[in-house]
Amino acid sequence: MKGKRLSAFALAGAMSGALASGLISSGAALADPLTVSNWDGYMAPDAIAKFNEASGNTAELVLHATNEEIMGKIIASGGKGYDVVFVSSPFAEVLFQMGLTEPLDHAKIPNLANLYPEATELKHDPGNTFSVPYAWGTTGLCYRSDLVEGTPDSWFNLLAPVDALKGKVTMLATDRWLLGAGFLAKGYSVNETDPAKLAEVRDLLIAAKKTLLAYDDTTFYSKLVSGEALLVEAWDGWCNYGIAENADIRYVVPKEGSDLWADTMVILKASENKDAAHAFINFILDAENHRWAAENILYKVPNKPAMEGLAPELLTQFPNMAMTPSELMAHEQLRNVGEAQRDYSRIVSEIMASN
Amino acid sequence: MQDRKSLFLMTPALAWLTAFMVVPCLLILTLAFFRRGVYGGIEYTFTLENLRLVIDPLYAWIFLKSAWIAGLAALIASVIGYAAAFAIAALPRRNQPLVLFFAILPFWSNYLVRTYAWIVLLNREGLIVGLARGLGYEGELPAMLYTETAVVIGLVYNYLPFVILACYAPLSRLNPEIAEASSDLGASGWTTFRRVILPMSFTGLATGFVFVFVLSIGNFVTPALLGGGQFQMVGNLVYAQFLTANDWPFGAAISMVLIAVMMLFLTLQTFVAERGSGGGLR
Repeated sequence: MKGKRLSAFALAGAMSGALASGLISSGAALADPLTVSNWDGYMAPDAIAKFNEASGNTAELVLHATNEEIMGKIIASGGKGYDVVFVSSPFAEVLFQMGLTEPLDHAKIPNLANLYPEATELKHDPGNTFSVPYAWGTTGLCYRSDLVEGTPDSWFNLLAPVDALKGKVTMLATDRWLLGAGFLAKGYSVNETDPAKLAEVRDLLIAAKKTLLAYDDTTFYSKLVSGEALLVEAWDGWCNYGIAENADIRYVVPKEGSDLWADTMVILKASENKDAAHAFINFILDAENHRWAAENILYKVPNKPAMEGLAPELLTQFPNMAMTPSELMAHEQLRNVGEAQRDYSRIVSEIMASN
Repeated sequence: MQDRKSLFLMTPALAWLTAFMVVPCLLILTLAFFRRGVYGGIEYTFTLENLRLVIDPLYAWIFLKSAWIAGLAALIASVIGYAAAFAIAALPRRNQPLVLFFAILPFWSNYLVRTYAWIVLLNREGLIVGLARGLGYEGELPAMLYTETAVVIGLVYNYLPFVILACYAPLSRLNPEIAEASSDLGASGWTTFRRVILPMSFTGLATGFVFVFVLSIGNFVTPALLGGGQFQMVGNLVYAQFLTANDWPFGAAISMVLIAVMMLFLTLQTFVAERGSGGGLR
C-alpha cells in the first residue's frame, strides 16, 4: 500500500523528517506553483518535468514518507501549501470528512474515462467526487514455493503455522494489516469496531506472536529471498519485488479473503491552483503516464488502457498483476474507522507488550 | 564586566536552546492536556485523560520493560566500558590516543548502518550461523535476532564508546603513585582497586551508566530493527502515537513522563559528579 520508496531507512527518515517537516512545509507554502505531495519514487522521476513542459506550469514535487506524516501536515496547515496529494483511501476519506478536499470537476479531467468502471465505484467515494484511485491491490501471503510444503491458502497458515514454518513467518507491522490478518481469519470485517470481536482478534494475534519471526513492513521480501522467512504477510505489489529476485516466490490471496487497498489522488480545497491541479490528475491518468507505475512499481493501476498496454511477459512473471478489477472488488475495502482507531492502537500495544 | 562577557558569549547557545529545545518542550507539555480530535487533529478542551492513560497498567508495563532493557544495557556497557578504559589508561601514554581513537571509530559511522551490521551477523542465514555451520555444527541454533537479547546487544554496542570516554577521563588522570602508595601500605591489588581506584573514578562510571540508560530508554530504532518490531519500548510507543495513531496529545503525555524520568537520572548523575569532583579520598 505504500510504494517501494519506503525503504528500511524510512524509520530514520521519519525521525529526521519529523524534525524538518515543519520548516520544509512552511517554506512550500510561500511558493505559488502547483505543489504535489507524493511518496518517494511513486511516480515517474520525470513526471513533473513532463507535466511542466506540456502545461507551462512550474509544478514541484514534495515527498512524504507515510500517510500519517502528510495527514499531520495537512491538518496542521488546513491544507495550505499543497494542491494535489497522494494518500491511501481511508486517509482521503478523512480529508473529505474534515471538509479539506475540493470536489472534482470531471469536465477538467477527461482522462477519467480511462478508469475501469469498478474504479469509479470504490466504497469510500463512489463516482470519484473527491478522489481518483492511483493504484490498488490486495494483501495476502507471499511465500517460498520451493521451501514451503503444499500451497498455503489460509490466514491460519500464517497465524498458526506448521512446525516447519514456526519462527519463519512475518506479519505486517502497520495496525490496519496486522489486525486485518486476524479479522479476515475470523471472518470479520477488515473495518471491525465491535469491542468483543476486537478482543478475540487481539488474543488470536497474541498467540500468533509466539510463532512469528518479526513484524516487518519494509524488508519482508528480502527475508524471503535470503530464506530467513518462508511465509510472510505481504501487499501484492511488494511480493512482486521478491518474485523479481527469486522466481520461486509466489503470492496467494487466502481463501478467507483480503482487504482491497487503494492509493488515491485528491485536490485540497485550500489549493489556489485548482485548474492546474485538475490538469495534473488528468496528466497522470494518461494511459502512458499511468502505465509507468504498473511497469516500475509493479502495482496494479485502475487504468484500463494502461493495464492493457502491459507486456504479456510482465503478467506471466508477476501473476498478481493480472488480477481483474472484479476480482479486486470482491474484497472489502479498508475504510476510516474513526474513533475505533484508538482501540486499534491500544490493541497493537497490547500485542507488543505480550510475551 | 566578566559577567557581561560570559552573557554575551552564551547568548547564541541560549537562544538556540530556547528556540529549539525549551519552546518545543513547552509545546509538548501543553499538548498533553488536550484531547485528540476524531480525525487525529487536536481538540482544544482541557483533559487529564492522557496523563491518566500513562499509568494504565498496559503503558506502565511498557515503561517498566523499557527501563529494564535500558538498565541492563547500561549495566553491561558500564562493566565492559570501564574495563576497556582501565586497560587503555594502563597503556604507555603515547599509545593511548591511538587505542582510544579505535574505540571511538565506529561512532563515526551512521547509527542505522551499525545496527544493520548486527542483523547481518545475527540472522538465521547470517555470519554467526554460517560460521557455526562451517565448523561442522548441524543442529538448529536458537533464534538470536529479533529477541530482547538482540536489542540489548545493539544498545550496548552503540553506546559503549560513551562509557569508555567517560571512564577514561578520570582513570587517565589518576596519579599512579597513589596506587603504589596503597600497595606499599599493604593493600592487595583488589583492595587498592576497590578502595582507591574505583572511588576516584566513580564519577566517570556513573556518567557513562546514566548516559547509556537515558539514551537507551528513549531509543526506538534499535527495538524496531533488532527486536523485529515485536517489542514496544517507550520510544516506539511515542513514535506510534505521533506517526500512526495520530494521537499527539497521548504521545505528548508519554514524552513528558519520559523526559521527567531522564531528567531525574541526569540530576542524580550531576549530584554524583559534584560530590565526586571534590576528588581525593574520604
